[in-house]
Amino acid sequence: MAIDRRDFLKIAASTALFTVPLISKATLSQAKGRVVVIGGGYAGATVAKYLRIWSNGGLDVIVVEPRTQFVSCPLSNLVLGGNKNINDLTFGYDLLKSNHGIQWINDEVISIDASSRVVKMNQSELTYDRLVIAPGIDFMYEQLPMLQSSQSQEEVPHAWKAGAQTVNLRKKLESMKDGGVFVMSIPKAPYRCPPGPYERVCQVAFYLKNNKPNSKIIVLDANAEIVSKKGLFTKVWAEMYAGMIDYRPNSSVVDVDVAAKIVKTEFESVKANVLNIIPPQRAGKIAQILGASNVDKRWCEVDFLTYESKVVQNVHIIGDSVSASLPKSAHMATSQARVCANAIVALMSEQAPDATPVFANTCYSYVSDKLAMHVANVYRYDSAKKIMVSAEGGGVSDKPSELEGNYAQAWAKNIWSDVLT
Amino acid sequence: MKIQWNLAKLTHKSLLGFVGFFVISVNALADENIVATPHIQILAASCAACHGSQGNSVGGTSVLAGLDASHFVLQMMAFRNGSRSSTVMHRHAKGLTVEEINDLAVYFAQQKRVSPLNPPNQRLAE
Repeated sequence: MAIDRRDFLKIAASTALFTVPLISKATLSQAKGRVVVIGGGYAGATVAKYLRIWSNGGLDVIVVEPRTQFVSCPLSNLVLGGNKNINDLTFGYDLLKSNHGIQWINDEVISIDASSRVVKMNQSELTYDRLVIAPGIDFMYEQLPMLQSSQSQEEVPHAWKAGAQTVNLRKKLESMKDGGVFVMSIPKAPYRCPPGPYERVCQVAFYLKNNKPNSKIIVLDANAEIVSKKGLFTKVWAEMYAGMIDYRPNSSVVDVDVAAKIVKTEFESVKANVLNIIPPQRAGKIAQILGASNVDKRWCEVDFLTYESKVVQNVHIIGDSVSASLPKSAHMATSQARVCANAIVALMSEQAPDATPVFANTCYSYVSDKLAMHVANVYRYDSAKKIMVSAEGGGVSDKPSELEGNYAQAWAKNIWSDVLT
Repeated sequence: MKIQWNLAKLTHKSLLGFVGFFVISVNALADENIVATPHIQILAASCAACHGSQGNSVGGTSVLAGLDASHFVLQMMAFRNGSRSSTVMHRHAKGLTVEEINDLAVYFAQQKRVSPLNPPNQRLAE
């Protein structure tokens, strides 16, 4: 067919040509083979589902995930504010598996041989044609070795992977006396969920204001300023939680006395009643095992058309582990997963992947039980720079609102429906 | 009356795409076997975070599946030029090309309306 769709649009518009059938029937995918997906978070679950859908069931998809439940990080700060229960954010994988014929191995990966394409787990091993890893983040405990043990993390929770850690931090806030000091540290960017720490400050402030109004919050931020939605958070803290939040920029944690709950920066020692250290982060352990975290030995460089690793062949990397100027958010993880799934189906049926992928990111932060605010952007592939760049029109809310609070709930319900059923 | 008002605000370029779109929709909707291009598959799937799988929202946002295509285009153009106020949709509408908006309209109009599933909550085991 000599006229492509784009040309046709123009012709149709200018000549009102009504009779030619417009879109030629695209051939259904002929992709065959096996894709192993390591990780069942937002990115891993999404890539597995869309690989099955877009290959019309032609690809065998096997997910390897040690956990039996999916616990959403988005909305988990609301557990700290007392506005959600962790069980509201906890789901199984049954519908995802059964609706899409995804095979599932509940085990932990111990090694990967990329040259012979073999994944070894505790109980078994698997071969693959292509491998997708969605390993999330790992904490760089070599910088804070006193927090390495699970006992230390009980005492000083990170609560940066939702689940038992979130519940633990909530319980500590519940037991804190009125007039107590909650101290939270934020690592240098990049880290998972750029506005997340500041949303957490709002949620803890909401809880304390309504229950323990004489308490204080000290925020030790390793960054020079608030990383995301700065103007909005600054205003909310001043207006809704006046006098409660003491924000200290350029404050990197260098030492923690776990038992005494004293945290040291280069400048000062701060004593806490409840201490929440969010450690510095890098690509998840699987990426390290593979040797795929080639950027600063932290993050993974990928081809943004396929999400294939720049250093390990036939291995695709999606989600928070990717080195990019894209925010490490759940919506972003699912968007990357879909580009990756579509590209793998194309590559495995000897077709070209989309040469100019475009996707969206919408991220809400709750500043109270009901009020939320957004940052939203469309990202387009820049063929010259070979990266995803922000399109025109992106930005943040003018102010938090109840309407956006409702949309944030709708976002969560819809993304859970898409990712998990 | 509202449609005329919205149309008056469309730019000339938008209008060309818009007219072209009507021509497309007549043919496209008649053929259920049309498969979207990879570009539109990926872009449309990106809407799922708020609007559900294939545009079948579980609630709180518009259902896009089976939505009248001309309505979709008009609303996106209205978000784009500000004649319809929004919280986030103007950001998304401005980031897309007119062609992408037309193609998304066709894609979502083709999707079957189904009852979307909510994954059941579980008690945290760990």
